[in-house]
Amino acid sequence: MPKMNLSHFEAAFLFAVFTSVVMGVVTKRSDRDRLHYGFYTFGCFLLALFGLGWLMYFGHG
Amino acid sequence: MAKEKELQQKQPMPPIGAWFPAVALGWLVPGGGHFLLKRPGRGALLLASVSGMFLCGLMMQGAMFQPQSGDLLTTLINTGGFIGDMCSGILYLLSVCFGYSQVDTAGHVHDYGTKFLVTAGLLNILAMADAYEIAAGRKD
Repeated sequence: MPKMNLSHFEAAFLFAVFTSVVMGVVTKRSDRDRLHYGFYTFGCFLLALFGLGWLMYFGHG
Repeated sequence: MAKEKELQQKQPMPPIGAWFPAVALGWLVPGGGHFLLKRPGRGALLLASVSGMFLCGLMMQGAMFQPQSGDLLTTLINTGGFIGDMCSGILYLLSVCFGYSQVDTAGHVHDYGTKFLVTAGLLNILAMADAYEIAAGRKD
């Protein structure tokens, strides 16, 4: 089994991609809504990722 | 909104034969329920996402949970994690059959790997719930 050595950002980005696809597919009732919701979820993940990253950066002083 | 919720609560449980094959296949093969219900596009996306997440977890050498008893938190984490791992269906069964066993080691990559393995199972539960709703006629 090949090994993956990812940074925090890469791993969280990958997590966001996979989760957003599933959330988009299973939640809404039309393809257009699913696509929108998938992108919306992905955007929320990225926002939280950068927001928490900066919060921890400033929290460390 | 409240009316819609009330209407949903009043819907009778569909017969088990209508939804069980789709949900069972959805557990065994991620997205399999959708393939059975003739939603190949959504099934393929679910298969790719859940399998991709599980394989990334394996390549990051994440640990598989085993049910353990002890204090409440240990029991919750390990039993919940074990259930999450098992929900990946054939991916979990194959990895156990081929002897995948990774001890829980320190390091962010292993830690992410463990979370990827559990989350793949949890995402598959969402896919199974969606397959149930389609099979029960509550969703198109």
